[in-house]
Amino acid sequence: MPILEVSNIEKHFGETKVLENISFTMDEGTALTIIGSSGSGKTTLLRCLNFLETPDGGSFSVNGQVLFDAAQKKNFSEEEIRRRRLHFGLVFQQFNLFPQYTALENVMLAPQLSLKTKAKTEHLDVKQESEKIRENAKELLDRMGLSNRMDNYPHQLSGGQQQRVAIARALALHPDILCFDEPTSALDPELTGEVLRVIRNLASQHTTMIIVTHEMSFAHDVSDRVIFMDQGVIAEQGTPEQVFEHPTSERTKQFLQSYRK
Amino acid sequence: MFLEVTLSLLVGFLNTVKLFALTLLFSLPLGLLLCLGSMSKHKALSAPIKVLIWIIRGTPLLLQLLVIYYGPGIIFDAHLWGSGDSGRFTAALVAFVINYACYFAEIYRGGIQSIPQGQYEAGKVLGMTNGQIFRKIILLQVIKRIVPPMANEIITLVKDTSLARVIAVYEIIWNGQSFIKSSGIIWPLFYTGAFYLLFSGLLTLLFNYIERRLSYFE
Repeated sequence: MPILEVSNIEKHFGETKVLENISFTMDEGTALTIIGSSGSGKTTLLRCLNFLETPDGGSFSVNGQVLFDAAQKKNFSEEEIRRRRLHFGLVFQQFNLFPQYTALENVMLAPQLSLKTKAKTEHLDVKQESEKIRENAKELLDRMGLSNRMDNYPHQLSGGQQQRVAIARALALHPDILCFDEPTSALDPELTGEVLRVIRNLASQHTTMIIVTHEMSFAHDVSDRVIFMDQGVIAEQGTPEQVFEHPTSERTKQFLQSYRK
Repeated sequence: MFLEVTLSLLVGFLNTVKLFALTLLFSLPLGLLLCLGSMSKHKALSAPIKVLIWIIRGTPLLLQLLVIYYGPGIIFDAHLWGSGDSGRFTAALVAFVINYACYFAEIYRGGIQSIPQGQYEAGKVLGMTNGQIFRKIILLQVIKRIVPPMANEIITLVKDTSLARVIAVYEIIWNGQSFIKSSGIIWPLFYTGAFYLLFSGLLTLLFNYIERRLSYFE
């Protein structure tokens, strides 16, 4: 069974259709990259999966559990939406670290808050659990190569370091699927490498990921499947070899051509 | 003479400080309510508040003092404020609270709206509740951003309290001026400036300290 099933997602802003008929599946432990020109709907799609936008049509499910279905016009409680969106993690183009917290605190904040909420209804050893959260956060930052940066505030870190903190922060909640929204687009060319390296590492450890990116050779190497989006629809999808080396759609060919120049 | 003047000015200054402190006590939270109201999606709530803010910021505080003190009596024949010193003080306090709440509301609004949407979204995708996002992420960033304009406004309030004398609230300028009639000397009036300087100086130090305490992040 695929870990994620997306079927017929649709989204319009006013008159403009941003997403139309988006359907795909992905398997656990694989990396899916979404490529396409700006304005093709890639980011909106990620935002829909993370409940930052509400699709106007279609449905998606994770591990067989329907998380969203436009046909069932239910108004979910905030609580329910929060639980559902935790199946996904999202790493933003602009990092969006919390400036008043250190790198370590950024990673620990959400797990600590959810521990506090849980402790109200369940009997928990808060001190011990809290220590676990701290250990886990340290380990994650260590994996991101930031063990000597844990106590720095975001403004003391380079863009690449900030983005790696943001990745650790997303991983700390153990999402089923980690989404990246152009994770290197806000970075200087010399800083993109360190972030891409981290994502490559995650891929080699079979982290389930959806990556929206403009880094074509990275997409080619890292992904198990590639989706090419154009004007709100999936114009082509397949293995990296199929999409990059033997594209069938004219638009894909044109798009890839513009990257070779 | 100097001691006599100083004591008299101190009495007036006490009233000045009382008006200052009570105005802050009520206008800081009222300003937050007005701010949230003016940002509400419901037009029925936000529109009247915006009109109120427009009127209060668009007219002199001096005029507002007069309207609030004399208005109820003249227009509705309602003698809201009672007679005597305390009645006039209350009227002045109400005028100051409304006036400053409107200015604070706009400062709060500017602070809240200056926080990038990405901060809210980052909190959301990490599964935080709206309350947690506000308390744990947004609030401190807003405070950091509004400290400089709030310091400005609060130091202006120190000096604006002198306007209360227009409805005969016995604050420090009133007491200083009274020496012109009673003793034919004008220097006590000028001397009041020292009290304002000292008070606003202390406030400046306080706000500098707060700014420094919040300078560990950007």
